[in-house]
Amino acid sequence: MHNLTLAQQLQALAAGEFSSVELTQHYINRIESHQDSLNAFITFTPERALEEAQKADQRSTDKPLLNGIPLALKDIFCTQGVKTSCASKMLDNFIAPYDATVVTKLQQAGAVSLGKTNMDEFAMGSSSESSYYGDVKNPWDLSRVPGGSSGGSAVAVSARLASASMGTDTGGSIRQPAAFCGITGLKPTYGRVSRYGMIAYASSLDQAGPFGVSALDCAYLLQATAGHDAKDSTSVDQPVDEYTANINEDIRGLRIGLPEEFFQEGLDADIRAKIDAACDQLRELGCVIKPISLPNAKLAIAAYYVIAPAECSSNLSRFDGVRFGYRCEDPVDLADLYSRSRSEAFGPEVKRRIMVGAYALSAGYYDAYYLRAQKIRRLISEDYQKAFTEVDVVLSPTTPTTAFKTNEKVDDPITMYLSDIYTIGVNLAGLPGISIPVGFSQKLPVGMQMVSTYFAEDTLLRIAHQFQQHTDWHLQTPAEFE
Amino acid sequence: MALTTAEILNIAKLARLHVEESELADYQQDLSAILGFVEQMEQVNVDGVEPMAHPQDMSQSLREDVVTESDQRERFQSIAPATANGLYLVPKVIE
Repeated sequence: MHNLTLAQQLQALAAGEFSSVELTQHYINRIESHQDSLNAFITFTPERALEEAQKADQRSTDKPLLNGIPLALKDIFCTQGVKTSCASKMLDNFIAPYDATVVTKLQQAGAVSLGKTNMDEFAMGSSSESSYYGDVKNPWDLSRVPGGSSGGSAVAVSARLASASMGTDTGGSIRQPAAFCGITGLKPTYGRVSRYGMIAYASSLDQAGPFGVSALDCAYLLQATAGHDAKDSTSVDQPVDEYTANINEDIRGLRIGLPEEFFQEGLDADIRAKIDAACDQLRELGCVIKPISLPNAKLAIAAYYVIAPAECSSNLSRFDGVRFGYRCEDPVDLADLYSRSRSEAFGPEVKRRIMVGAYALSAGYYDAYYLRAQKIRRLISEDYQKAFTEVDVVLSPTTPTTAFKTNEKVDDPITMYLSDIYTIGVNLAGLPGISIPVGFSQKLPVGMQMVSTYFAEDTLLRIAHQFQQHTDWHLQTPAEFE
Repeated sequence: MALTTAEILNIAKLARLHVEESELADYQQDLSAILGFVEQMEQVNVDGVEPMAHPQDMSQSLREDVVTESDQRERFQSIAPATANGLYLVPKVIE
């Protein structure tokens, strides 16, 4: 059952081949078997999942879009009555008093919630090694990272522990783990999916999105979660496309641009070969491929590591030991309450980013750092807009390497940051991006990223879907998890 | 961009974080490295470029000035570390 795609599972459920309770129980068994080796989950909710599965099975008419489908959710989405930790000691005792809009929408779509997945603390990281609850492991090689920050959600799909999952992406945190884990992951346009109830890291960059075995599976989740939400004032009032219904529309003639800046000398030869082969496949499918330029791409990492920490320093100021979360023991005075509660409960990367952010926003430095970064952000965005006058999609590797070893990059923050090179500009520009598996390099998955203009997720899904109709990289699973 | 310990302690104060003596050197090294790295931003000319705060330059959407929330204080305070009489308790502030 776990080797069927979500789309196939929906058909099987409708045909009565198995029930949601059976499917859910099957995933529950798999999660239990693999939790120790993978550490993909922080909170596992089997009883609740089975209750929801039973309700789904009892619905005979008017079955909603994802009726009975078991999902995993990154532990960044507030789930009412269920621990929501953001992988931090700061929220180890936090039982969310309300549901995120994404959670509500998935419930309304009839989905079943298996539990909350592990991640980098407060979504800050590219390896899922900074969690208060321990590292997440890559099912393709347990000595390697699954990527981050949505590592647990990526692993849940890669190891077939759930039909699909939700993650979040601020600098690449859906696309990069999708690439490292050999699955499909989509970051929607900024404002496409509501951020209400999604613990904020960098408010102008954060976006929730799906992981799935296939682009079609991602289309189902996007269909269920996209849409304007009055409770998120940054969500855009733009009609939601029929992503699943339109996924088979013709892609012939679509123009794909390869930024010359991303295909230079330093690119790993094996990864390059896989991308080239994928491009050949896309040409066979009728796409036109041409070189383009994103002249300011090289500044994206620098701009991001000013903007995101600045925004995080503001967002994380709400964690003060007063209204929720961790409080230090015996605070001497108010200043002590704040500084000790925060220092005792935030991990090192979180504290680093808060400090960088506070510096970048402080008097005397605001112009040189934050304001300059926001101007560079506009230049990067304009580069993409110019590219989209010539092409429909911008294509590149998702990551410069395959999954690296655990602990390989933890000592030098900058080495970790550099792995975001292809994904990060996309968040700065607020564009939608997808990563799909296109092969293996030394037995580790290689991901390819496609980016389109605002609200053109359907273009990405259609191309990815056609590619997946003619290749089977996306159906591969690590041997131990078959 | 080498930060002094005084600067580190000042940033920590702004961020309401406590930095131990033993941690100072590491913070100095890491933060100096990160700030040095982002100095690449100097490479490009940004004269006349408008800063971008929102990807689609959206501005705050407004709504009617009517009450839409209900009083849920008990529910939201039930998860607080310390409360009394509907108030959050903190160490004494006023001398």
